[in-house]
Amino acid sequence: MSYSEKVIDHYQNPKNVGTLDKSKSNVGTGLVGAPECGDVMRLQIEVDEATGLIKDAKFKTFGCGSAIASSSLATEWLKGKSIDEAIAIDNMAIVEELNLPPVKIHCSVLAEDAIKAAINDYRQKNGQESLKFNESVVH
Amino acid sequence: MLKFPIYLDHNATTPCDPRVVEAMIPYFTNNFGNAASRNHPFGWQAEEAVDYAREQVAKLIGADPKEIIFTSGATEADNLAIKGVFEMYASKGNHIITCNIEHKAVLDTCKHIEKEGGEVTYLKVKDNGLVDLAELEAAIKPTTILIAIMYANNEIGTINPMKEISAIAKKHGVLVFSDAVQAVGKIPVDVNKDGIDLMAFTAHKMYGPKGVGALYVRRKNPRVKVTAQMDGGGHERGMRSGTLNVPGIVGFGKACEICMNEMEEETKRVSKLRDKLQTELLKVEESYLNGDKEHKLPHVTNISFKYVEGEGLLMGFNKNIALSSGSACTSASLEPSYVLKALGLGDDLAHSSLRFGLGRFTTEDQIDYTVEQVTATVNKLREMSPLWEMYKEGIDMNSIEWAHH
Repeated sequence: MSYSEKVIDHYQNPKNVGTLDKSKSNVGTGLVGAPECGDVMRLQIEVDEATGLIKDAKFKTFGCGSAIASSSLATEWLKGKSIDEAIAIDNMAIVEELNLPPVKIHCSVLAEDAIKAAINDYRQKNGQESLKFNESVVH
Repeated sequence: MLKFPIYLDHNATTPCDPRVVEAMIPYFTNNFGNAASRNHPFGWQAEEAVDYAREQVAKLIGADPKEIIFTSGATEADNLAIKGVFEMYASKGNHIITCNIEHKAVLDTCKHIEKEGGEVTYLKVKDNGLVDLAELEAAIKPTTILIAIMYANNEIGTINPMKEISAIAKKHGVLVFSDAVQAVGKIPVDVNKDGIDLMAFTAHKMYGPKGVGALYVRRKNPRVKVTAQMDGGGHERGMRSGTLNVPGIVGFGKACEICMNEMEEETKRVSKLRDKLQTELLKVEESYLNGDKEHKLPHVTNISFKYVEGEGLLMGFNKNIALSSGSACTSASLEPSYVLKALGLGDDLAHSSLRFGLGRFTTEDQIDYTVEQVTATVNKLREMSPLWEMYKEGIDMNSIEWAHH
């Protein structure tokens, strides 16, 4: 199976690899997947408390090229978005943008889950309730 | 000058040796006859060529030419051996012993046998990938008719003690079948010294063409018979009907002859390169060798690089280096290699493995380049691996509640 050019580009030049200070109250961290399943994503957002917008996003991913590309793309999309806009990011948009084949859709699902987990972590830290999300279908 | 891509997946298949191709060519055009045509020179010529190839093939494994049944490949030979023995020896028993890291062509054939009313014991191999002889002997019952154990494993290259296995089998009057696809042509295999009764092997793993293989079927001490799995003109002494693939068989013969003549030299050269590759890659932090260190094919190594995922790792260099990974992130199940899991490797290590298969045309430059590329990619991916970061911070990964999906 060959990868799309966009996946290869994200793999070779991943955007926003790194770690944010998870002890800060305006940083939300989502860790999803499992080593046994062959992919683990950690996605972090830093929220600008004045504007409520996501001012920085970072990721680290253990996984195949599509998993790395999905998380790299997710961090790019998150920057500058409000929390509500971030919640609305759908895995199928990632599939479309990266041209993921059906066997790699789970990588995009994982990225969506990571975004939601990071947002919930941020909400909890700031005294808000966790949002309930529908169970992802494609796992 | 390095030419790309570099091929290091010789356990999957090998290129045809140019000498093999040269030997085959006349049998596509001028000497196109059917080896079963008994009444004209075209047929005689083809038959003669097949006879000659049969001798070349037999010689490589220390067999008599009459004991070689040509097939379409090793999968067919595996099927013919196991199903053929199961049907032929039904009056004696219905129990077969095999192991859990056999090739799918053996495992799935055994599954089929179970559906047909047979009983199959799947021995668990030891952590080094070898069959436990005591367990093997303990598994034998009065109804056991066949022990089917691979000569060498395709993923980790470990070589089973076939002599010891067949000695046990003989003691109990059980036949021994071995899928020897990875071993024949690479290491000395002798069906008499090894005590093997049936053996499957194929041309394309030893620099011959695809689409042709053989089943060795012992004719003396004991005389072994298999029930044909393909009905037709009664070719190959009635055990495998179908017009013989004359050019393929000629190529197979030539490939065997070359292996026979050059094995010793080639093993020395290739194992030296393999050792270099293995030594250099095991210098990478948190890298682990899979399978037995000693009892191993000279051209194979399998290494796990913890905290990076195999398929992601391959992507770093697979435009230039052709390699195989034990990780299968392409299926919905995300199941890593069943062979590595059978060795007791955790899924994390199984997902992080690379299989290197060197070959006749592998050069030292290619190995140096591969070491450099693999090491650099492992380092790069670890920089973006959350697991590596946790490992470096001393976090116990078992203490984390992973969201299994």
